[in-house]
Amino acid sequence: MLETTWFVLWGVLWAVYFMLDGFDLGLGTLMPFLAKDDTERRIIYNAMGPFWDGNEVWLITAGGVTFAAFPKAYAVLFSSLYSALMLLLFALILRGVSFEFRGKVDNPRWRAVWDFCIVIGSFLPALLLGVTFANIFRGIPIDADGVYQGTLFTLLNPYGLLGGLLFLFLFLVHGSLWLTIKSEGALQQRAASLAGTLWIPLLLTAVAFLVATWFSTRLYDNYLKNPLLYVVPLSLIPLLAVGALLMVRVYIQKQHWWRAWFSSCVTIVATTLFGVVGLFPNLLPSSLNPAYNVTIYNAASSPLTLKIMLAVALTFVPIVIAYQAWVYYTFKDKVRVEDLAYEEAY
Amino acid sequence: MDVLMLSRLQFAAATIFHFLFVPLTLGLSVLIAIMETQFVRTGDEEYRRMAKFWGKLFLINFSIGIVTGITLEFQFGTNWSRYSQYVGDIFGSLLAIEATLAFFLESTFIAVWAFGWKRLSAKAHAVTIWLVAFASSLSAVWILTANAWMQHPVGYTIRNGRAELTDFVAVITQKAALLEIFHTVAGAYVLSGFFVMGVSAYHLLRKQHVSFFTKSFRMALGFSLVFSVLTVIQGHMNGSHVAEVQPTKLAAIESHWETKSNAPFYLFIIPDEKNERNLVEFGGIPGALSMLAHDSPDAVVTGLKDFPKEERPPVTITFFAFRIMVGLGFLFVLLTAIGWWKRNKLLDSPWYLKTMLYAIPLPYLALELGWIVAEVGRQPWVVYGLMKTADAVSPIAASQVLVSLVAFVLVYSLLGAAAFYLLVKYARKGPPSNETDVLNQKVEGGLSHA
Repeated sequence: MLETTWFVLWGVLWAVYFMLDGFDLGLGTLMPFLAKDDTERRIIYNAMGPFWDGNEVWLITAGGVTFAAFPKAYAVLFSSLYSALMLLLFALILRGVSFEFRGKVDNPRWRAVWDFCIVIGSFLPALLLGVTFANIFRGIPIDADGVYQGTLFTLLNPYGLLGGLLFLFLFLVHGSLWLTIKSEGALQQRAASLAGTLWIPLLLTAVAFLVATWFSTRLYDNYLKNPLLYVVPLSLIPLLAVGALLMVRVYIQKQHWWRAWFSSCVTIVATTLFGVVGLFPNLLPSSLNPAYNVTIYNAASSPLTLKIMLAVALTFVPIVIAYQAWVYYTFKDKVRVEDLAYEEAY
Repeated sequence: MDVLMLSRLQFAAATIFHFLFVPLTLGLSVLIAIMETQFVRTGDEEYRRMAKFWGKLFLINFSIGIVTGITLEFQFGTNWSRYSQYVGDIFGSLLAIEATLAFFLESTFIAVWAFGWKRLSAKAHAVTIWLVAFASSLSAVWILTANAWMQHPVGYTIRNGRAELTDFVAVITQKAALLEIFHTVAGAYVLSGFFVMGVSAYHLLRKQHVSFFTKSFRMALGFSLVFSVLTVIQGHMNGSHVAEVQPTKLAAIESHWETKSNAPFYLFIIPDEKNERNLVEFGGIPGALSMLAHDSPDAVVTGLKDFPKEERPPVTITFFAFRIMVGLGFLFVLLTAIGWWKRNKLLDSPWYLKTMLYAIPLPYLALELGWIVAEVGRQPWVVYGLMKTADAVSPIAASQVLVSLVAFVLVYSLLGAAAFYLLVKYARKGPPSNETDVLNQKVEGGLSHA
């Protein structure tokens, strides 16, 4: 029971990370397509300004919780995906410092360097996180000792790449909706129309992913084999993902931007949880032999550690959510050109 | 080179680089919080300008500290997967608690502080920087507790082929942790004080913004004086504790080869590791090493020769790192004591100001050396007495690690250069003369301010 509770929390932490940092990563990637001049670029930076750092901590926490609750999963997963993770980390490093460094020297070349870093540093993580999770759903070649028998290119299989595309489009739509909320005028128009345009490839990718998941993974087994008591509530998760994705479209049409963004949040969370539920009780299936699977049972920490961590998580995660919600509320207003004049603006 | 050596180099490079930025975050946040509190209490606008000026330097430094910290957490999994699997039950949970309790708080509220000058009341805004200062130090507490467990593992049992937690309270209240926390955080506060004094000295030497930088200097001076004295006094307790729980490290930091009672302390030594002796020993004080290590001149201090060769840490590095660190620690007390004596006539003491300007790198050196003593001195163990570093490394290809190591060196060098450039640029520029100027120039000039 403890292991299962932690498995759920593990899934939720990753889902929340994707939901929050997703819009930063999407918006960073879209910057060159959305901004026509430096003022618009700065509005985009400041639309993410007070949030991106706090969002990224969800990644640290998701990683930390993997380490604490399922040390073997952390060890096998992170060492197996060595090169992919290193790429992800370098990308996130470049993205992070770009915010702070970009505006600090008044020189177009200097700014262009950091603008480039933020695009690469947003695009690569969006793609890599998708590739990684698709490969987790599919299973990777790990042997009985948890030693990875593939290379970086093993991960770039069609299903993995489809997962990468799915995450990318999810984040791109999520990011353009966020900018629609946070900007006005021509920039807002552009962001809104881009959200609508990108929604179509997102839908196509999502459908392709759901179909490919049937053939490439065993995720649906959990939805089919469990007694009816579980099947019905569990099946609500993928239905919710699809439903929320459709609502994104509806709210874009109606120009209800906050609602469209919230629907996009639900889409991302439900998509992640759809995969996580299908994965149960595995954390990392082996594509070589199911006996080598890293599961919540063979990877979990001791009951004492799981209990202590549960107490910590159930006490402090709600507090974190409360103060982060307060920050979103405090900085909910649109970023206007005159806001850029303040000294503290990016 | 093999995976082990490459992974060790990579971890060393990543940690040393990360720790160039951490201490200033720890200490400067406290100083800025004090400045802003003074503003709230007195309404003196100059304190607010101080908080803003030092805050700008803080944010540049902070951004690199944050992004380089993430790679450290992930490297336990990527490069030290056997370690992670073996001790994750204890070590992993400490890292996860750090993220949940401290890192969220720090990262969320630093943004509120940076963007919230106009949105929050002065009081609420001052609270946010106190939260950042509190969270940074809280973050240090958990990370150092985790490191202390590697130095001196407690509260565990070996079960299911790994170390499992049996006593959480023992882990978080053990002496090794408390000593390490105090020593590191106090050292970080000294460094931050020296940073503020050094930058202030630069401007005072040029007689610009005199009132602004005199206030800054004096605030940092008191802060550094207190903490440099405490670090030295408490450093001695660290030494005794190392003697008790890590005898190989103690022998290495003193380059002490033969087991003896009434062991002397030599003022000057050149170790000769190959021949298991010291090339030069000079200025021996009889019984002093026994006294320092075990609080009694007759106590027996075990020499390196009484430990198997494969369980000794590298002596030369550990020895010199320790000696220089201790020497610098005493120098900081001296420099701040002189400062206290000169505090009312700073402008008349250009030689002192110049010394303090050039002293900025010294605490950085001292803190990095401290980590080298702690980590190199613990070798060949990754967890002292429990797991060897050689058994901790991931089963991965050396070529992968070589590529990532080269990437680390390249990316970190560029980032380091950019951060250094920006810190120097903004430190030299000094505060804007008044707020309206800043606003006007920002509107006209677009990007960078003033």
